[in-house]
Amino acid sequence: MAPSLSSGTRPETPGPTAPASDARLRRKRRRDRLRTIGFLSPWLVGFSVFFGYPLAATVYFSFMHYNQIKQPEFVGLRNWSYVFTQMPLFGPALWNTLWLVVVMVALRVVFGVGIGLLVTKLKSGVGFFRTAFYVPYLAPPVAATVAFVFLLNPATGPVNEILSAVGIDGPNWFNDPAWAKPSLVMLSLWGIGDLMVIFMAALLDVPKEQYEAAELDGAGALTKFRFVTWPNITPIVMFAVVTGVVQTMQYYTQALVAGKLASGVTIGPGTVIQPGYPDHSTITVPQLVYQLGFQNFNTGAACVLSLVLFAIAMAVTMLLMRRRSGLLSAED
Amino acid sequence: MPPPRLRAWPAVLLATGLLLSGCANPSVGSADDDPDAPVTLRFWHGWSEPGEVKAIDKSVERFEELHPNIHVETTGNVSDATVNQALRAGGDKAPDVVSSFTTNNVGQYCDSGMWADLDPFLKKSGVDKKKVFPSTLLDYTRYEGTQCALPLLADAFGLYYNKDAFAKAGIDRPPRTMSEFAEDAAKLTERDGDRVERAGFMPNFRLYQNSPDRLFAQWGPRYFDQDGKARLAEEPLTRQFYRTMKKLSDAQGGYAALERLRQSFGDEMSRQSGFMTGKLAMHLDGEWRGLMLQEDEPDFDWGVAPLPVPDDQADTYGRGYLTGTVAGIAHSSTHQNAAWELLRFLTTDTEQVVSFANAIHNVPSTKAALTSPELDADPAFRTFLRIARNPHSQALPPSTTGGMYVTAFQDFSYSVEAGKAGDLGAGLRELDRQIDADTLQAKN
Repeated sequence: MAPSLSSGTRPETPGPTAPASDARLRRKRRRDRLRTIGFLSPWLVGFSVFFGYPLAATVYFSFMHYNQIKQPEFVGLRNWSYVFTQMPLFGPALWNTLWLVVVMVALRVVFGVGIGLLVTKLKSGVGFFRTAFYVPYLAPPVAATVAFVFLLNPATGPVNEILSAVGIDGPNWFNDPAWAKPSLVMLSLWGIGDLMVIFMAALLDVPKEQYEAAELDGAGALTKFRFVTWPNITPIVMFAVVTGVVQTMQYYTQALVAGKLASGVTIGPGTVIQPGYPDHSTITVPQLVYQLGFQNFNTGAACVLSLVLFAIAMAVTMLLMRRRSGLLSAED
Repeated sequence: MPPPRLRAWPAVLLATGLLLSGCANPSVGSADDDPDAPVTLRFWHGWSEPGEVKAIDKSVERFEELHPNIHVETTGNVSDATVNQALRAGGDKAPDVVSSFTTNNVGQYCDSGMWADLDPFLKKSGVDKKKVFPSTLLDYTRYEGTQCALPLLADAFGLYYNKDAFAKAGIDRPPRTMSEFAEDAAKLTERDGDRVERAGFMPNFRLYQNSPDRLFAQWGPRYFDQDGKARLAEEPLTRQFYRTMKKLSDAQGGYAALERLRQSFGDEMSRQSGFMTGKLAMHLDGEWRGLMLQEDEPDFDWGVAPLPVPDDQADTYGRGYLTGTVAGIAHSSTHQNAAWELLRFLTTDTEQVVSFANAIHNVPSTKAALTSPELDADPAFRTFLRIARNPHSQALPPSTTGGMYVTAFQDFSYSVEAGKAGDLGAGLRELDRQIDADTLQAKN
């Protein structure tokens, strides 16, 4: 077997030809390295410009007092102390974000798998139902949110009208701090089309023979799901969870639009948009980052929050990835 | 000697630091330009309604006739966030003259240096600002001695009332004190069981223009002490204000019932708004609402009066909350002298101020314009002129945090009206501490 060049093992060729051979080897290594960097360069440039530099800048500005007009001034840990000890909205924003991550992601996965199973098991009308469940996903988030706020208006919306007709006193939905987040979850479940398609593909990919073998062993529907379906779709479930967590950590538009519309205040050029209606129940960390960074121009504190968000997203993702690799190796 | 990789680190860190700090360099403008030289100015404003845009464009045309060397490009419907971001980003497309519909951000604009100090321009032009502008309006356009903005028309807030509902309830004139206010509101309230069908006056702070700072202006509070520290906890008027608002609420069915009614209202600027649909008999709003009501022609007769005042301050009746549009010169403008000519024309030229005020039904912002016989004779509009001239009328003090302290006060007030604030004294002390922490954070 030829010695591997990449491993750095020196070829055992003694004698006067050794220096020339070393020089050739070094040139070849340099060429290899340059070629590798050349192939990687589009990614390296993209990574540096769109991730590396912004991340370094965020860390840098988290220790600076900077209002985006005057020169930054080093303030040590003051921005960190402000965010963690003196900013009353940090707690509610973090709680809401984590609540949405846990509840919304979990329900979206369960709902996505459920709808996927339903559609794949249908004997007829598959095309219709697949389209019906997928189409809401194509609605622009703002338009979908506006429609939901209209439908769920406690006084004039048709949902409460219907509930009232059957003797149920409907909740205040987006106007009630206890119902605002569940209402947002309902909105996200309505647009489940993206996950449904992915889970349908995964479900259709499960080998039929495994089901047949399970049936021969007398397995029922639940047992087949547990021992055949679930292990086969686990990688897709993990993918949905990881991407769902990352997306939900950035949750911004729907909560802001729903809060503003439900509050009834007209947004004009002189209006400062305050997210979180009602009672800070829908404020999220990304909204707070925007508010601090681009409304109050408190760049340092906004950078601290961004780093907190980044650290949580990284930690959760790594945890899930480790769990996933554990699952895969256990099955292997 | 350290290995090459270790040696490279300081250089990498230095380069990164220089790059990062380089990106933070603000663009700098100047006031060295010749105002008589041909120039094109960019003017960003917030007006968006066709009538308003027409009026501001006409104003600019008048200015261009007087200054043929200056061409003005206007951009409307610009929010404060856009102005803020554009001026911070800099660049040759940034505006020279800017305006804002809120006075909340003046402290931030002055303290950060984002809007240029206007005192040198006023001095150069021989404009005595104290003689030209009412003191309340002058106060909300400067921060800690820096006059970075000038008032460009003002807004006064008063009480719109449904005359038909008043007649039906046997009330012969609008209330003047808070006690009368609660009595009249109770008489005007219509209920169906637990549900409120019509409120005399909706005291809930989340309704349209009802923010607590606007209502609190009737008490004439002081938000900050001489050192700039928040003093809402030690201000006895704060507690009096919350007590009065609760009484007003209880007289009409309480917070929850009124909140349910509020949620049935349509959009503030639509014909489905609470006052237009007759679900509110009295309503706090600015002078612009009068023009809208004239255009929308509701099916009831309406009138305007100043908002009532506390019983122990009955002599201040006629006061109201004041705010307004403010305008300034961008720090990054390289044509600041020419920009000043435009700003001076828009804010100090009596004929211009009066005609613009008449066109968009806003309160004029100079002393001369406020007493001009050319002003619209509409009685509703005249009521707001009187509110604006009242020496007890109050505006919010500017802060370096912009509107953060107002937002904090609003948030706290929401919890008070909902009965969730607990110990009021402790809550107000915590509110003061938070406002001071925000101020320190903005300044440090």
